[in-house]
Amino acid sequence: MTSLTFVIELTILVLAAFLGFEVISKVPTMLHTPLMSGTNFIHGIVVVGAILVLGFADDTFTQVVGFVAMVLATANVVGGWFVTDRMLEMFKRRPEPRREEPPE
Amino acid sequence: MISDPDVLGLLYLVAIVCFVLALRFLSSPKHARRGNWLGGVGMLVAIVTTLLVDGISNWPMIVVAAAIGSAVGLVGARRVKMTAMPQMVALFNGVGGGSAALIALAEFHELGGVLVWDEALSVSLSALIGSISFAGSLVAFAKLQELVSGRPIVFPGQNVVNVVVLGGAVALGVAIVAGLEEQWAIVALILLALLFGVMFVLPIGGADMPVVISMLNAFTGLAASATGFVLDSTVLIVAGMLVGASGTLLTLLMAKAMNRSVANVLFGAFGQVQTGAGQARADDGRTVRATTADDVAVQLSFARKVVVVPGYGMAVAQAQHDVRQLADLLEERGVDVKYAIHPVAGRMPGHMNVLLAEANVPYTQLFEMDEINPEFAQTDVALVIGANDVTNPAARSDPGSPIYGMPILDVDKAASIVVLKRSMNPGFAGIDNELYLDPKTTMLFGDAKESVLKLITAVKSA
Repeated sequence: MTSLTFVIELTILVLAAFLGFEVISKVPTMLHTPLMSGTNFIHGIVVVGAILVLGFADDTFTQVVGFVAMVLATANVVGGWFVTDRMLEMFKRRPEPRREEPPE
Repeated sequence: MISDPDVLGLLYLVAIVCFVLALRFLSSPKHARRGNWLGGVGMLVAIVTTLLVDGISNWPMIVVAAAIGSAVGLVGARRVKMTAMPQMVALFNGVGGGSAALIALAEFHELGGVLVWDEALSVSLSALIGSISFAGSLVAFAKLQELVSGRPIVFPGQNVVNVVVLGGAVALGVAIVAGLEEQWAIVALILLALLFGVMFVLPIGGADMPVVISMLNAFTGLAASATGFVLDSTVLIVAGMLVGASGTLLTLLMAKAMNRSVANVLFGAFGQVQTGAGQARADDGRTVRATTADDVAVQLSFARKVVVVPGYGMAVAQAQHDVRQLADLLEERGVDVKYAIHPVAGRMPGHMNVLLAEANVPYTQLFEMDEINPEFAQTDVALVIGANDVTNPAARSDPGSPIYGMPILDVDKAASIVVLKRSMNPGFAGIDNELYLDPKTTMLFGDAKESVLKLITAVKSA
């Protein structure tokens, strides 16, 4: 890897930090728990790293470590998403009388 | 199979855009759920793209690992009660951090001997932060699940030991960046970081959990981002940093809501049982007045305006549904009912909002501290359900109190105050509450859920 790649990646990182602060500061207090749980889901992106490690593993050590990393990361992705979805489903405004009940 | 790095990069860009929009959509509860779906699409794109990378093999292992992880995640997410959400969030934080640390370990093993300094730096950071987040989150989980005491666990010289352990891990990281390529170095680094993770969360009390959970959230994001540098993956760098920014922002917000610095939260071992300073002096003739459900029911039924102040006690007793039912009954009788939400009520940011949302309380009825505080003066009854420190007037008036300066809900400005409380034990911060000695205050002792159920029966017949 050249050091140019490193500098470019660092630039991306810093810009992402600014973007993150901008976007997150617009999230209302009321949604802070779903925000935590939603960002929990997003850091499940390590699953990409786990696939790359396990997919290219050619000795037992790397395979075992990659396997465990993959289990943890998928649990993170799947669990994080479903918990967030369950939570956000509950946030409702006042009237909307019984929307999710079967029609009739 | 995709071998063109540009195609891969563009597909990952799609995923990045989805993640940013997912967070953007969280700015309002109206379209927040759609945002999460969009995030899901982004994740799917990123995963499928990675699986299509040219040269990926070991398919049986990938499939089995993904199946196990998905099953665990799905069952956990479906089964967990909303009251247990803080520990669930801590757990998912932990597994993400653990995964990042393991990826760093595998990369060090694979690339051992040919690591350039910046790769070595990324590997070390990913292993360090990921391990701290993993161990710290598991301890936070154990505390919230009450597997270990929620009170701070302290021993003499604790901060010194912590500094030595963390210093050792950092020193190993520096050695690795400087060219040490032995595998024991990264393994030792991970072990020390795990130890530090355990030790730095153990002394932190239950009431400070919102800060700790936010911070661990940030750590896992940063660990993922560092992993992105190791693997030259833009999607990991950006997505990880978005989480890092979010966790950092929440950490600062929570600390501000308690009027304490992050350092004080982490190293202050706040909430040990206090002796001496800050204790409410009960020897000045004022006494606590206990009341009955019937009396409170009458008070509530004939009030014009009631403000409900929920706290961790409501979560523990799982009383949110019954609280909603009580509020509905009162509204049918023409009482104006509002909820006052303190930013650090509960064990994680926004904890009370989620519980009340689960009980179908419309979010338009929930008010933040700054909005509701001016209204307490026109409130007939402030009904405090399992909240303690966030209502303690000592935070305004007693410079000797450990929570002096913390913004509180001004419940003592209401015409009368009813406190539902299990017993006279002090709250998690370990401080007596002046509010309970106020002549306007009456106490209804007992489990929050049972007390609220009694109130419902009594209001029906009032």
